[in-house]
Amino acid sequence: MIARILALMIALCCGLPALAADSADLPGLIEQLPTRDYAAMEQTVNAIAATGDPRAVRPLQALSDGDLYYRKSDDKVVIAKKADTGLDLFEPLTGELLENVGKRDARRIGINNNMRRALRGALGSLTLLSPDRDVRAAAAQALFKSPDPGAVEALGQAIGAEKDEAVRTAMEEAQAASILLSDAADAVKIAAIRSLSERGGRDAMSLLKALPESTPAPVLAAATEGIDAIEAELALWATAQNIYYGISLGSVLLMAAIGLAITFGVMGVINMAHGEMVMLGAYTTYVVQEVIRQHAPGMFEFSLAIAVPLAFLVSGSIGVLIERTVIRYLYGRALETLLATWGVSLIIQQLVRTIFGPTNKEVGNPDFMSGAMEIGAMTLTYNRIWIIVFALVVLAMLMLVLKRTPLGLQMRAVTQNRRMAGAMGIRTDRVDALTFGLGSGIAGMAGVALSQIDNVSPNLGQSYIIDSFMVVVFGGVGNLWGTLVGAFSLGIANKFLEPYAGAVLGKILVLVAIILFIQWRPRGLFALKGRAVES
Amino acid sequence: MFGLRRVKTLAATSALAVGLMAGAAQAADTIKVGILHSLSGTMAISETTLKDVMLMLIDDQNKKGGLLGKQLEAVVVDPASNWPLFAEKARELIEVNGTSVVFGCWTSVSRKSVLPVFEELNSMLFYPVQYEGEESSRNVFYTGAAPNQQAIPAVDYLMKTEKVERWVLAGTDYVYPRTTNKILESYLKAKGVPASDIMINYTPFGHADWQTIVADIKKFGSAGKKTAVVSTINGDANVPFYKELGNQGIKAEDIPVVAFSVGEEELAGIDTGPLVGHLAAWNYFMSIDTPENDAFITKWHAFIGNEDRVTNDPMEAHYIGFKMWVQAVQQAGTTDVDAVRQAMYGQTVPNLTGGTAVMNTNHHLSKPVVIGEIQDDGQLQTVWSTDGVVVGDAWSDFIPESAKLTADWTYPWVCGGCETPKF
Repeated sequence: MIARILALMIALCCGLPALAADSADLPGLIEQLPTRDYAAMEQTVNAIAATGDPRAVRPLQALSDGDLYYRKSDDKVVIAKKADTGLDLFEPLTGELLENVGKRDARRIGINNNMRRALRGALGSLTLLSPDRDVRAAAAQALFKSPDPGAVEALGQAIGAEKDEAVRTAMEEAQAASILLSDAADAVKIAAIRSLSERGGRDAMSLLKALPESTPAPVLAAATEGIDAIEAELALWATAQNIYYGISLGSVLLMAAIGLAITFGVMGVINMAHGEMVMLGAYTTYVVQEVIRQHAPGMFEFSLAIAVPLAFLVSGSIGVLIERTVIRYLYGRALETLLATWGVSLIIQQLVRTIFGPTNKEVGNPDFMSGAMEIGAMTLTYNRIWIIVFALVVLAMLMLVLKRTPLGLQMRAVTQNRRMAGAMGIRTDRVDALTFGLGSGIAGMAGVALSQIDNVSPNLGQSYIIDSFMVVVFGGVGNLWGTLVGAFSLGIANKFLEPYAGAVLGKILVLVAIILFIQWRPRGLFALKGRAVES
Repeated sequence: MFGLRRVKTLAATSALAVGLMAGAAQAADTIKVGILHSLSGTMAISETTLKDVMLMLIDDQNKKGGLLGKQLEAVVVDPASNWPLFAEKARELIEVNGTSVVFGCWTSVSRKSVLPVFEELNSMLFYPVQYEGEESSRNVFYTGAAPNQQAIPAVDYLMKTEKVERWVLAGTDYVYPRTTNKILESYLKAKGVPASDIMINYTPFGHADWQTIVADIKKFGSAGKKTAVVSTINGDANVPFYKELGNQGIKAEDIPVVAFSVGEEELAGIDTGPLVGHLAAWNYFMSIDTPENDAFITKWHAFIGNEDRVTNDPMEAHYIGFKMWVQAVQQAGTTDVDAVRQAMYGQTVPNLTGGTAVMNTNHHLSKPVVIGEIQDDGQLQTVWSTDGVVVGDAWSDFIPESAKLTADWTYPWVCGGCETPKF
């Protein structure tokens, strides 16, 4: 025992823990982890990694996840998990349950970013030979991100033993990254650079760019060549990415504007309370999630599916209510409608503020809407992808309703020639109410989608009302295809301007462009033709 | 000669004030304390809590028997994140409600909006938020951090500990981020960082679509040098910003983000799992373990009736500011603004994080600086702190025009920004 501690002390004092440590020291090393001196902690972690003992994975992973604690009574290092009461403590190496203690009887071992990086590398080298394929792949990824000349050999062994093609490639890339930092021969380094430039991507470019200026000329030349190749590839991806961002922004605009395309486009009502219908939809999502959290936490993944029809009903019925009590008395008087609906929007905002409070509400993302997928050098976040899909589905359904249902037929009949429709036995006032309700309900569904990417606050609607009108006017009033094309072209234009002009100026430029466009084509992109327009 | 005139004016004003006080005392036997924080709009996420903490502090003082034998009365108004409305509401508080002191504002643009009102009516404002400096008004006490108490130490930390060489300065488009970034830019250049390694980006209040900017940050960060983001993004735009960072997988190990306007309260609305390790620099964290802080948190939870509510830095600033004001009023024996101001200098209040805060004659506090990393429970855990307190510097040493200026409201300077003493 004493000999072991002595050996350990010598190892640590001399700053040579990496080679001196073996598995027998592991428990002792782990007891050294609790310290506020991060440099010392990093040395300990490196020493633990150098033992190569697979048992070390558990405590290091726990340290990285913030689950490694020390017991206040005797300073013993433990893994702690939250239990129903207090904390369950586990033995760090074996994972066996020790005891349950109060919340304040154990203290977490804090780490910083440097430690996280060191742990990522250490865990990577320890799990390279894991029997689990995914763990090995993750280890190769981790080592690629935290390259370490010391890991070249271990990676070489792992590559030799690896059967899985994809994992072996990942390991070879990780090895290449580590070789760049080592003092290997020029030829080896150039081969590594080739391998990295084949991999491509930002991380590889970053590694190549990081080569010091003192690097021998042939290596540097190979690196420059690699960088150029990767940059050319990235430029292509950047364009694709910009188009995707534009489509994504366009889908948000589309969501917000579809409802307005009905109330303003088809009925001709300037509805300033449109944004508030969106906001009500977002709040419906919040209420649904709160109810689910309290009564059926397991259903959380379905919260949005439940919220969509509910939001349609809530916003739709409020829309019908507004139409019946205010708007129907003001048909044909645009200015008064504008002022009255503006008043209604303020009333709804204040009502929501009184009921839910002025602060933002947290609406959670279900798991399928968190995270991102990578296509080449492009990152596509799931929440945006789903919103694009949702916007297109809603638009398609709306078109079906308008073109293929009796209600849609009646709506078009009433808006095209109210008196003739009335003479044919259509109850025009009922159709008016339903049309307005449909437009408002769709705005409510948009609110469900927007709650996933924006803050849910009483002001939510205000930030979309201008954009919505812009899209509808630009696309051509009364034309759903126009709304679709309008939304996407505005979105893409905005995103192409943003990198050059900045977010603020970009928006201004788009607005100016639309004003000029309206001068040229007052009826928008897709103007309605025929007699209906003249009336 | 000047000295004599000053004494005369002082005497005259205090006589006038005493007369007014007597009149006011007959009308109502309370001391009115104004609270000027947005309870709605984009800043409500941050400011609503400050209103609550002020109500708690006033309530607490009243339980102890009030002040000068009178009860304190809170007057709450809602300027609704609307900057011109701040000035209107400030005037209303002072002229209509007759408040002796006002605690309020968060954004610098709101402070700049009320400043002329407070100076014109010679009233007193306690401003609790970290800000860009470059200001020292006779009528404002700044209890938040100046740049040298927050931004500069944070950048130093990133340089030393994380070896950062490339910098993204991202902010909301108004006076605080623009001035702070100006200071940081010249500081970084003074430290030898070339202009090509600095990227500056501004977005409007309430910005929601962060895809392009986050992608740009990623691109900027792949130049082979360690990159960090210094964020002066304010208000609820932070929520979609951090969500996008998490979704696009920007980890703190690769590109850390250090924020100056994100504390426990702002993080309460986000799932912080993907954000572990991103940083914030303040003078206070809820997680700091001191008896004073424990007592403050317990009191706050009892007052608000919710164990899940967090405490944050501007709350501590109001705590310190209010205690100092109470002490100064007790010393002066009056709520008269000029007398209280004189009594404010040198007031000390124990910090909640240990050590003692001192009010300096430039109207800024001496406070410790702490840097923390976001944890998965939404708390910030200290990874670095100053040994002692840092004196708040009104005029930055890193802007050439400002380096020459001194703020000192006592004899012989009596000035918020002068190159030579007035007397």
